[in-house]
Amino acid sequence: MRLTSLKIRIPVVLILFVLIAFLPSCAKKKIYSEPGASAAGSNGSRAGGSDSYGSGSGSGGIDEQALKGGAAGYDQAGGAASGSSLGGSRESLVSEDIYFEFDSAVLIPEAREILKTKADWLRSNSGISIIIEGHTDDRGTPEYNIALGDRRAESVRLFLESLGVASSRMNTVSFGEERPADPGQNETAWAKNRRVHIEIAR
Amino acid sequence: MGNPAVRLKIIGMLLILLITGETAWCAGKYDYIDISNPMMKKIPIAVPLFKPISGNTAEIQTSDSGSKQLSNFLGFTGYFKVIDRGAFLIDTAQSDVAIPQYKAWTTVGAEFLVTGAAASQDNQLELELRLFDTINQRQLIGKKYTGHPDDQRKMIRRFCSEIMMLLIGNSGIFDSQITFVSTSGSGNKEIFIAEFDGSDARQITNNKSINLSPDMSSDGKYVAYTSYAGGKPDLYIQSLSDRKISVVDKKGMAISPAWVPGRFELAASLSFSGDPEIYLLTGNGKIINKIIESSGIDLSPSFSPDGKKMAFVSRRAGSPQIYIQDMESGKVDRVTFYGNNNTQPDWSPKGDKIVYTSLDKNVFNIVVISVNGNGAVQLTHGSGDNESPSWSPDGSMIVFSSTREGVSKIYVMTAFGTDQRRLVDLSGQQSEPKWSPNVTN
Repeated sequence: MRLTSLKIRIPVVLILFVLIAFLPSCAKKKIYSEPGASAAGSNGSRAGGSDSYGSGSGSGGIDEQALKGGAAGYDQAGGAASGSSLGGSRESLVSEDIYFEFDSAVLIPEAREILKTKADWLRSNSGISIIIEGHTDDRGTPEYNIALGDRRAESVRLFLESLGVASSRMNTVSFGEERPADPGQNETAWAKNRRVHIEIAR
Repeated sequence: MGNPAVRLKIIGMLLILLITGETAWCAGKYDYIDISNPMMKKIPIAVPLFKPISGNTAEIQTSDSGSKQLSNFLGFTGYFKVIDRGAFLIDTAQSDVAIPQYKAWTTVGAEFLVTGAAASQDNQLELELRLFDTINQRQLIGKKYTGHPDDQRKMIRRFCSEIMMLLIGNSGIFDSQITFVSTSGSGNKEIFIAEFDGSDARQITNNKSINLSPDMSSDGKYVAYTSYAGGKPDLYIQSLSDRKISVVDKKGMAISPAWVPGRFELAASLSFSGDPEIYLLTGNGKIINKIIESSGIDLSPSFSPDGKKMAFVSRRAGSPQIYIQDMESGKVDRVTFYGNNNTQPDWSPKGDKIVYTSLDKNVFNIVVISVNGNGAVQLTHGSGDNESPSWSPDGSMIVFSSTREGVSKIYVMTAFGTDQRRLVDLSGQQSEPKWSPNVTN
């Protein structure tokens, strides 16, 4: 049941990510701190109920105010975006997480697309080293989830390496289920926690 | 209790005198309790207040707290029903601890009786404890313990072990401890140790990081666990006496440690080669060799009591399942086939079963299965997620974590799944309980 709803959700969320990544004006307004976050953060009971933006307001259009409000409690991504003079790609390297299916470390097609964009930027910014963090939802046992997070980070590392990012610039760390992006106990939250997050190494 | 040297001295001073000649009783003779029967009748036992010999405050305190401890310990095992003192027919304060009025005890339904007498002076406690068979009207055990008043609990624990050995045929669980993860201190996940009954919980890590999956060595001197204190999941092996820590700090992760029974060696899952595999390590954290290798995740080792076989979790068939490897031949057998997520195996002390965590219908539950893969029985039902099962050293109980009351807390049940109850009384959340072997010190 969860997997079915996941299959519907993930592509929609990711398509929105990709769309948003190409809309600089939106990025500036932090919309890419993601519709999913807004849904779960502001109203957990909406979990899995609808994948469309407009179901809350009924208008069907993108309501920028509502999104900003919803995103307030969710400081995972895009926090440093507004007014930043850095290039959008550096921002999106950190802010765009890679999502996975339940109990899987396989890169879904959308994840590969996002990683290609990241690899492009990393290749042209060769001074940057990154930390690839593997995370899981809290379904499953803590030690298994560390191993699963380890596999997810490793999948991303290997894929970036295959796209020409030097192995020496990448480190991995698995946090398993210990650092959820969303502490909620519903599929919306779990889907957001099954992720690889990239940080720039200092 | 802090200084181990002082502790050892005190224990050394604990004189144990046999005050009865009746030592011919062996476990076989007292086959009162069929421990293989989940519906067994609990043994009714009476534990009157211990008698204060001179009547001083220390003795009165021991009288109350000691008889309470003894009742709680026996009751905790699930084998005994301790009879309410309100039902007693005689004034136990006036009766002789060595010569009971057997009839008065059988009348209230007590088949066994424990009497105690406490003498306390100059910071020294003398505790006489006796077990009687009230039906056959004879004393079964009589012991006199002498030591520091702080060792009262230890004396009573030791006497309870004697009772267990005589009536059940093994020394029980009274010399065991439970290690677990708790957020009750700083709000971070730190490692704790409590007594077998969940009492006296104390924190053994304080690095304000994330600490997971503790496992105590057979001799009770070390606890291995996963720690993020260095920024990633490393394996820490901590001496409990001097708090010295050996760190296995390799690329990737080093998780899910399990000590080899009776040896200063442990197995753990390390991913420095790019894939989580199980390695055998010395107690100082030096790699001896790789023992499990497959493409995909291998983790969560648990050894058979003789150390000759090891259960573990592998994803080699596409989903996490439990396998057993013969350590000598390297032969691997798959144990679990039902469901897509079977993890956290723990090998029973009797060697015949494995308890594990299984995901079914979107809920995690505890399941026990024979080592040959037959006869799986689900022990928890409809009570949140239940995880991290671990056998008591006598195999009579299983400790586990559950979200049945909201956040994860620690519970125990009998090996048959009956008598499920909360164990550790702490704030925050508790998880990953692991029952240690009995450690007599």
